[in-house]
Amino acid sequence: MILHQVEALAAAGVKDIVLAVNYRPEVMEKHLAEYEEKYDVKITFSIESEPLGTAGPLKLAEEILGKDDTPFFVLNSDVICEYPFADLAAFHKAHGEEGTIVVTKVEEPSKYGVVVHKTSHASRIDRFVEKPVEFVGNRINAGIYILNPSVLKRIELRPTSIEQETFPAICADGQLHSFDLEGFWMDVGQPKDFLSGTCLYLSSLTKKGSKALSPLGLPYVHSGNVLIDPSAKIGKNCRIGPNVTIGPDVVIGDGVRLQRCVILAGSKVKDHAWVKSTIVGWNSTVGKWARLENVTVLGDDVTIGDEIYVNGGSILPHKSIKVNVDVPAIIM
Amino acid sequence: MSLHIPHREKANGSNAATKAVILVGGPSRGTRFRPLSLDLPKPLFEVAGHPIVWHCLTAIAKVPHIQEVCMIGYYDETVFRDFIKDSSKEFPQIKIVYLREYQALGTAGGLYHFRDAILKGRPERFFVLNADVCCSFPLNDMLKQFEQKDAEAVILGTRVSEDAASNFGCIVSDPHSKRVLHYVEKPESHISNLINCGVYLFSTDSIFPSIRSAIKKRTERPRLVSYPSSEHLESSYFQDDEETDKNEVLRLEQDILSDMADSKQFFVHETKDFWRQIKTAGSAVPANALYLQKAWQTGSKELAKASQNILPPVFIHPTAQVDPTAKLGPNVSIGPRAVIGAGVRIKESIVLEDSEVKHDACILYSIIGWNSRVGAWARVEGTPTPVNSHTTSIVKNGVKVQSITILGKECGVGDEVRVQNCVCLPYKELKRDVANEVIM
Repeated sequence: MILHQVEALAAAGVKDIVLAVNYRPEVMEKHLAEYEEKYDVKITFSIESEPLGTAGPLKLAEEILGKDDTPFFVLNSDVICEYPFADLAAFHKAHGEEGTIVVTKVEEPSKYGVVVHKTSHASRIDRFVEKPVEFVGNRINAGIYILNPSVLKRIELRPTSIEQETFPAICADGQLHSFDLEGFWMDVGQPKDFLSGTCLYLSSLTKKGSKALSPLGLPYVHSGNVLIDPSAKIGKNCRIGPNVTIGPDVVIGDGVRLQRCVILAGSKVKDHAWVKSTIVGWNSTVGKWARLENVTVLGDDVTIGDEIYVNGGSILPHKSIKVNVDVPAIIM
Repeated sequence: MSLHIPHREKANGSNAATKAVILVGGPSRGTRFRPLSLDLPKPLFEVAGHPIVWHCLTAIAKVPHIQEVCMIGYYDETVFRDFIKDSSKEFPQIKIVYLREYQALGTAGGLYHFRDAILKGRPERFFVLNADVCCSFPLNDMLKQFEQKDAEAVILGTRVSEDAASNFGCIVSDPHSKRVLHYVEKPESHISNLINCGVYLFSTDSIFPSIRSAIKKRTERPRLVSYPSSEHLESSYFQDDEETDKNEVLRLEQDILSDMADSKQFFVHETKDFWRQIKTAGSAVPANALYLQKAWQTGSKELAKASQNILPPVFIHPTAQVDPTAKLGPNVSIGPRAVIGAGVRIKESIVLEDSEVKHDACILYSIIGWNSRVGAWARVEGTPTPVNSHTTSIVKNGVKVQSITILGKECGVGDEVRVQNCVCLPYKELKRDVANEVIM
């Protein structure tokens, strides 16, 4: 996911990227070193020793973000969409004020924080209404922003919320604008949403006629939206799709059925297994005739035994599953 | 009605004439075997490649000098015609006759009703086997004990867990002499964990008089609880025939064995071998497993050869088609003309005749009914129960469900559909995932 973001940022001419993280940076560092070279960007880790909310990490990275007068993008990593960075930067430059937040139209605004505009202006934000009972608008914060470095002065180095403290303050000064997002948007913080987000992303690739997708002509590709890394191996008599992502060095056995799932790097799905609505974590193994479904998530290096059924199980890393998980559960 | 008591031929030893009776029940029985008994009488249901009653017959055929087997039940005569014809070819030394009760007489009532047929040829003793029992039938061992003890009756017993014991007939015996001291059917409290296996050896001299005295006792002191209803009771006052018949509803377990424990020549033969009841349809799966294991241990030529994809024991009917990439076993029986596709997995299950299992499907702890179809990547699954368990139901989310999944005749399971712990009545199409249900 982070790769999509790095790729889109680099395409918009971004040279410095700060990753605000609080765990396992060594895992990510290895992957990101490759991306730095590939996209010619500099990636810096900003590690929070304690949680700083959504605004604090920006202050923590003030040295990099505020090194010159050019504005910076802020992205929530669990948001997936067609990133409009170049258009967003142009829009931000055109209005010339402190901040722009990307908004997306939703069907049920009552579940989110809704953006209300000034009556006199199409993009200037008046206020935010958290989970409105009555309809006040249908545009919500999409979790992507472009801000001038001056915003950093508004943030203190403590756990603070950009949505609840920083934005209302900019708003009060009439310096905050919204930018409408075209195309899909999804918060994929939850595995369920991650799977839906993947489906949306794959659909958008199909719409664009992306060459990265496996062509429908392949015998095992079933109804499209299938993205298979060239290093992955696929067995005989498989049926894969729709909405399947298969990562690097994955091995898929014979007679395997995959749909609406993500198989991450280095994993192995053995013969005749059936996998749906599942995220198979890195270096995991799914046994022969196993059946995984209903938002099952396997962590790193998980083993699912032969003939095992897992219904909505969240399996923590390095676990080996030898009995059925009949009802959704976290297996620690 | 007079009783013919044969002249006992003395000192005949093991050459003494011995018969066997198999109690096969009737169509109003075996309701717990539904949905599999809807289309076939339970005794003819195939486990380990043969009808349940065939396993009884095979054990009987191993007893020397048995020349006649009487099957007693209240099914129509036509029901067992083909089975008897085939078995007579397989066991030419044994004459097999079917004796039809026109109404349920109870296990003892049936024996008494057909006493003339049983006594024909003057047997000194006869075995009685309940057809709904799955065990190794150690009949020769029972016979040996019978002769050593000069017994009037030998009952086959087995030890079960204390919690399970009260679901069966419980036997209290003298640990040294093996004499039965007390017998009680399904006691409310714990009596003993040695239980009645439903297999007996009786001397003709003592069993019929025992039944007769039970009938007499019944006539003098009618046991009202055994009447189907009070309405019936009234009408029976005016009809002599029916009253007589009613008096013959006598069961060995409730009405005879307890009294026989008072007679001093009643012994128990305790088997350490496998024993299981075949009551519910789901119990056909453990019965199938036990008979297959027995066949495997005795080197039966009928079983499929072990290989990478055949985990023994597995029975595949010669007319079944099994793709070489399908993995079968252990404890699997595949019926006549069944078609098993590529990459299929079947374990601890019975697939009945003319069924089709499509590629990559997975069948575990289940019974696939006649002519049923299981789609590609479908999963039909039951839950394993402990080896020593005598129940076929489990509690899931506080609800009692069948541990074995059963598809009745001509059911269909769609591609990729999952069926778990369900009993599915005949002719049902399952297009969506189902669990813990009875599908009617």
